[in-house]
Amino acid sequence: MMMIPLNITKTIHDWLYSVMPENAASITEMLLIAIAYLALFAVAGLYLVLLERKVAAWFQLRLGPNRVGPFGLFQTMADALKLLSKELTSTDKTDKFLYNLAPFFVITTSLIALSVFPFSKQFQAFDINIGVFFLIAVSSIGVIGILIGGWSSNNKYAMIGAMRSGVQTISYELSVGLSIITMVLLTGTLQLSEIIEIQRTGGWLIWQGHIPAIIAFMIFMIAGTAETNRAPFDLVEAESELGAGFHTEYSGMKFAYFFLAEFINMFIIASIAVVLFFGGWLSPFGITEGITWFPEVLWFLIKVLIIIFLMMWFRWTFPRLRIDQLLTLEWKYLLPINLVNLVVMAIIIWLNLTF
Amino acid sequence: MRPISYRDCERNITLEPGTQNMKPETINNNFKTEEYFVNMGPQHPAAHGVLRLILTIDGEIIKNVEPDLGYIHRSIEKMCERDSYQQIVHLTDRMDYLSSHINNEAVCLTVEKALEIEVSERVKVIRTIISELTRIASHCLWWGVMGMDVGALTTYFYGFRDREMINDIFEETCGARLTMNYNIPGGLMFDIHPNFVKRTKDFITHFKTKLPEYDRLLTGNVIFQKRTKGVGVLTKEDAISFGTSGPVARGSGFANDVRKRHHYSAYDRVDFKEALFTEGDSFARYQVRIMEMWEAMKIIEQLIDTIPEGDIKTPTNAVIKLPKGEYYQRVETARGELGVYINSTGTKNPYRLKFRSPGFSNLSVLDHITKGAKIGDLVATMASFDFVIPDIDR
Amino acid sequence: MSYFSDIYNGIKTLLTGMSVTGKYFIHARKGSLTQQYPDNRETLKMFDRFRGEVVMPHDENNEHRCTGCQKCEIACPNGTIEIIWDRGIDEETGKKKKKIDKHIYHLGMCTMCGLCIEACPTDAIVWAQNYENSVYDRTKLSKVLNQPGSKVKAGIED
Ligand code: SF4
Ligand code: SF4
Repeated sequence: MMMIPLNITKTIHDWLYSVMPENAASITEMLLIAIAYLALFAVAGLYLVLLERKVAAWFQLRLGPNRVGPFGLFQTMADALKLLSKELTSTDKTDKFLYNLAPFFVITTSLIALSVFPFSKQFQAFDINIGVFFLIAVSSIGVIGILIGGWSSNNKYAMIGAMRSGVQTISYELSVGLSIITMVLLTGTLQLSEIIEIQRTGGWLIWQGHIPAIIAFMIFMIAGTAETNRAPFDLVEAESELGAGFHTEYSGMKFAYFFLAEFINMFIIASIAVVLFFGGWLSPFGITEGITWFPEVLWFLIKVLIIIFLMMWFRWTFPRLRIDQLLTLEWKYLLPINLVNLVVMAIIIWLNLTF
Repeated sequence: MRPISYRDCERNITLEPGTQNMKPETINNNFKTEEYFVNMGPQHPAAHGVLRLILTIDGEIIKNVEPDLGYIHRSIEKMCERDSYQQIVHLTDRMDYLSSHINNEAVCLTVEKALEIEVSERVKVIRTIISELTRIASHCLWWGVMGMDVGALTTYFYGFRDREMINDIFEETCGARLTMNYNIPGGLMFDIHPNFVKRTKDFITHFKTKLPEYDRLLTGNVIFQKRTKGVGVLTKEDAISFGTSGPVARGSGFANDVRKRHHYSAYDRVDFKEALFTEGDSFARYQVRIMEMWEAMKIIEQLIDTIPEGDIKTPTNAVIKLPKGEYYQRVETARGELGVYINSTGTKNPYRLKFRSPGFSNLSVLDHITKGAKIGDLVATMASFDFVIPDIDR
Repeated sequence: MSYFSDIYNGIKTLLTGMSVTGKYFIHARKGSLTQQYPDNRETLKMFDRFRGEVVMPHDENNEHRCTGCQKCEIACPNGTIEIIWDRGIDEETGKKKKKIDKHIYHLGMCTMCGLCIEACPTDAIVWAQNYENSVYDRTKLSKVLNQPGSKVKAGIED
């Protein structure tokens, strides 16, 4: 367990070890970090929802939420409160155990994935040497939650939605993985903090890897949007076809978990893109390199938000694909291009053509 | 085939004998697949109201579509037998509410035909202009909803923005935005508002810049084209034999525009092209409507500057009694051909009144052309048909 | 080859679409169409022909123009208007004359078709432009249009 050697955390760390036996102290520490992350990302997720609603409104010539708090800043808080106070309904013939398990499955997996991201040099909960691999592995568990959610609801629409989700995620997992591997080829390491260190000297990876990196980024964005089940790939919850898709039968906080998970997943995809292509928390051209007080996490957030905005832009512009077109896109376009791209990247590295 | 009842759906019985044969003969018992029923509607986002489609689905593939009607049946035809001819007009507002003015006009034209009265040129021109504005308003809404049904949510708001301008014109002239009731047998209820001409011209200039934007946002979009091209193909033969009309028929190359073939109001003196495409798929129907918007603007432009002077109503008796006989008049609403049949026995109420609504016959082809398609195709096809459920049920 | 041109054209159309929404995003502030309804009550003005509700205007002497001819009641397609009338003695001529006791209007049933106003020979009823007609109790929607103690203006004949 890597620690966050900020000053405050260091004080807490020292204090915990001084009052407790070593094992208990480290467990308490993990708990504290977990709680901190939970609180942080629950709030972050809520604000992403708000951002989505605002951005959608601006695309659509509307104002967006502006009643609760200044500029509607507390709107999603109020929504979350409302959802909390709602009754958790379910239909008679649900598979009770799986039905209740599904939302936790979805939200937990997305929160686990967050733990490995280096938000800044010091701000990283869990810096393992197989970071990228861990990310791919964890983020593909989420679909199981959607599958069992759709299955156990005992609703035909939910079932169709869940099955679509299974098909979609399994296919696009490949493209996400391959485009990440293309970049890993360039870095030669799976550890996220090291990937960023490499970019400090050689420039961002999208610059270092130029053409294949740009292609990889585009594929990653498409496949990543599909991974998060957002438009134009939102067949899972295509509301004009399936009502609400896999979470048709969920209400109250369980529904909110699915909803929040979608936004956290979006954050994760954007974060992976930032780490792998845009230098993580590094400032562009090192403009804030020497300034010690400048919070590097800000750069990370700005980049993530730009990519999230791009995904929102997609969502509010494009129509949705049909299920067979979705698979055609993956298997006939993205996958072959990706494989070729991987080879091109290897050749480029072999010939030392990287910047 | 007897109609499928709710009970049957619960029991999951496949009723149509033909569908039994669709199952593969050699069924591997471990992976036995089953067709199942899904009720799409009456409360479903793609149903645009309370249309219930009973789908027989095999996975994502649609085997059978059975529309179940009657959820918004208000027996308008029966109510008409009770009402006087002036009162009938306002009931037709509630049929196809998106082209309410054209519905009104249909009834008024029938009554005028029966009474053999001629309305003034001014009335004819104003009726034509407002009809075309109604058509644009209806198509604007359809465009937004079409985008929404295939997943592009933003189109809805752009479509509504332009529709609102037309609604404002209507509201200024006749006081209502949707259920206008501006026509009366013998003319119009009152004259157009002094601002009408200016506002209409403003709208045309505005809309001429916005319609190309529609094309850039949705028509050209590769995903949209993939979703609609070759989807729900209706051949010309089927279009004729199923009695379709309006953009649905014209998307299949069946030229049946009532405005062109059976002139009424001022359509005989304007020059416009009948939107005609031959592919017969959802995209062709889409293009017909986009082109109709252009043509409607052309018609309005030809008439708006030269609205002739004249009486706004031709006087009729306070109690209209149609002479004994049968009368029929058709008009082209935004959805297709609306026919009004009046059977009069010479009293102040019709003995029987029948509306031949475009939506009802258009709906009948839905099952035929969506067999074997995916659920997403069904939604796209339905969107391209532009159903208004009260028009189907009445 | 068409494989690659498909990709190229596809991406181009997608970018064109994005440019349209992007343009509106940039002009979001001034392009917004939202009407913040309860806040803009002061500036929200209905068109003068707007059909809000049928009213019977009275002048300063508490006189209206309704003769009680019941034409509006007959014209109304759904029985929204009920007229309770009486026969009174006309002061000038001394003849018996129809006059209204109550002109009852059920706003809840009205379809705003305007036929009653068309039918009225003396323009006794007109459209009002109010638009906030919701109430908590349905019975409040049944209104008596003539004010208590009012009488028909002299010289109004149908
Ligand atoms: S507007 Fe129509 S429905 Fe309302 S009172 Fe007058 S005639 Fe009756
Ligand atoms: S309101 Fe007009 S139509 Fe109705 S009773 Fe009075 S005068 Fe007659």
